[in-house]
Amino acid sequence: MTTTVATVKGGEDGTDSPYALSHLDALESEAVHIFREVAGEFERPVILFSGGKDSIVMLHLALKAFAPAPVPFTLLHVDTGHNFPEVIEYRDRTVEKHNLRLHVASVQDYIDRGVLKERPDGTRNPLQTVPLTEKIQGEKFDAVFGGGRRDEEKARAKERVFSLRDEFSQWDPRRQRPELWNLYNGRHAPGEHVRVFPLSNWTELDVWQYIAREGIELPQIYFAHERDVFARNGMWLTAGEWGGPKDGETVEKRLIRYRTVGDMSCTGAVDSAAVTLEQVIAEIAASRLTERGATRADDKLSEAAMEDRKREGYF
Amino acid sequence: MSTITTEELSATTLLRFATAGSVDDGKSTLVGRLLHDSKSVLADQLEAVEHASRNRGQEAPDLALLTDGLRAEREQGITIDVAYRYFATPRRRFILADTPGHVQYTRNMVTGASTAELTVILVDARNGVVEQTRRHAAIAALLRVPHVVLAVNKMDLVDYQEPVFAAIAEEFTAYALELGVPEITAIPISALAGDNVVDPSANMDWYGGPTFLEHLETVPVTHDLRHCHARLPVQYVIRPQTAELPDYRGYAGQIAAGSFRVGESVTVLPSGRTSKITGIDLLGEPVDIAWTTQSVTVLLEDDIDISRGDLIVPTKDAPPTTQDIEATVCHVADAPLTVGHRVLLKHGTRTVKAIVKDIPSRLTLDDLSLHPHPGQLVANDIGRVKVRTAEPLPVDSYADSRRTGSFILIDPNDGTTLTAGMVGESFASPEPVKDKAEDDGWDF
Repeated sequence: MTTTVATVKGGEDGTDSPYALSHLDALESEAVHIFREVAGEFERPVILFSGGKDSIVMLHLALKAFAPAPVPFTLLHVDTGHNFPEVIEYRDRTVEKHNLRLHVASVQDYIDRGVLKERPDGTRNPLQTVPLTEKIQGEKFDAVFGGGRRDEEKARAKERVFSLRDEFSQWDPRRQRPELWNLYNGRHAPGEHVRVFPLSNWTELDVWQYIAREGIELPQIYFAHERDVFARNGMWLTAGEWGGPKDGETVEKRLIRYRTVGDMSCTGAVDSAAVTLEQVIAEIAASRLTERGATRADDKLSEAAMEDRKREGYF
Repeated sequence: MSTITTEELSATTLLRFATAGSVDDGKSTLVGRLLHDSKSVLADQLEAVEHASRNRGQEAPDLALLTDGLRAEREQGITIDVAYRYFATPRRRFILADTPGHVQYTRNMVTGASTAELTVILVDARNGVVEQTRRHAAIAALLRVPHVVLAVNKMDLVDYQEPVFAAIAEEFTAYALELGVPEITAIPISALAGDNVVDPSANMDWYGGPTFLEHLETVPVTHDLRHCHARLPVQYVIRPQTAELPDYRGYAGQIAAGSFRVGESVTVLPSGRTSKITGIDLLGEPVDIAWTTQSVTVLLEDDIDISRGDLIVPTKDAPPTTQDIEATVCHVADAPLTVGHRVLLKHGTRTVKAIVKDIPSRLTLDDLSLHPHPGQLVANDIGRVKVRTAEPLPVDSYADSRRTGSFILIDPNDGTTLTAGMVGESFASPEPVKDKAEDDGWDF
């Protein structure tokens, strides 16, 4: 698919320029510009790739940005040890298909070595920060692409496209650089790095529409399927060796799908019969819950949970 | 509002706009209502706001908590930075740069306005045009935002009287036109009561114009194609060097202004070498023509030396290159900008060394008077600056091209973004009234 002049709908009185881009073309063009800026200005960029839909869209955009040449970045996955097997399979298949290099930072390794301690609730998402930041320092990555979107959370609404992190990977919202026009400032001192968010201006619906338009393959857990789940804190969690269900929690088979992909201990499923992209899009357009509100336990830990984790170096 | 269908959503355009308003003019309420009525505030977000409001002992949900995202903001009840919000209607997608209105945050309004195609300036109907309103109009004019909306809010508190609105609209329009703001639309609203925000007001029969949202949905998205110069800053050279593509050499970049065609003669600046476009790839697909703001890869007939930072332009329409730039700037860093300051200047995709040669004047936004030779510019100051660059740059006037007429200054020591710059004259002179027939059609 490409831009076609005729299909762009303008204002009601037809006053838009025939050369106005559709919103998806505008967002795509902006994201490609961001990828190319990083390729032009940084020594060792890396794309955070989890096998979730946002990082899948990021990789797709990077492939388009440098075509017909290969993507000039490596990938990095922070593996919590509690990932969905379908997602790990997708990750490895994608890396091979595009002949990419994948770095893995493993939370399980840190736990096995006694550096990190398992939390009583079994949630491993907050444990990702240390392996992530140590990998960034160890590999001397100077630009780290994340799939974060500003529509996800109110702390993220303040995030810059190029977000400077200090040598401890910390985010300081008060010291952010103003971003003017499309003149991104990637200057950083040795040891510092820049988090880059090419999907900053996308919403969940944009991501899904783009996936549909471009025909991008996703892990099957994004579509309705039957699964053994149990209820905890108002969410359907996948039963598994990671630590659920506990006493008093009962497993049942339900028709569900996932809106986000993350650690199994804190990523909830939603009841859904949507098996096609069109059905998923229709379901999201009608939903009264945000993606994170519906499916993420870790954001509910406190009012500023996301901000606090971002300050520490979380993506 | 009815549910948006997939077909409707995929064909919409994108409008980037910014809000500006003084403290207590009801900006949060307006933004909250837009987000709420366009289904962009969802149940769990509202629930979080209600929960937080109760924790603070407030009876009603405080909608400002929707937009004040950071801990310090909630604790101190202030807004410290630009936040970006997203909402959609069946007609259009919107990116809103939500900027605080305090005097000391001029830099935030400049940041928000730099990417905006429309700026909303709020006034309180009881107070009319105040100093802060004039400041906001001046910034919109300086940043050359194509459309300005004057939202006269709190009409419910002046009994919805037409003469109150008309007087404010007239005073503002006269002022803004003098600054060269190309288009002004004044709308009487009550953000709190919902008059003319999304639905037409039953209380203001005398108003025949669009509601606020209707205007946002229908204002034409301008694309700098008319009377403008085609510009492609080279971001990255794509060279696969594979067995199938041993000689592929493409110049990748986002078209900053105008359009390019296959077969067109082009010049590469600053070297001045010329060639011809043999192909344009639009993200992997060959096209005959591409335009602003598409990200493309251009192939040229000759194997000439081009790298990141160069600018590809039509041979018949090349800008002059210069090492001496005079510009209007907004200083955005906490440390002052002084004469003699050695800086980096980023223009398009090129970053060069530069030195601040002179600061001829500082602008007082309240009355637009010029303070000569202020010696330095501090945070949020707007002034004129002369900069000498280490290498020649092909700069346009900001009036002609917001992308290739703008630059930022960077501190070479710690990388801080110091200053936002706009090349050329500060304010546009009022547009001469043109014969409508002249503007019909696209001439290329």
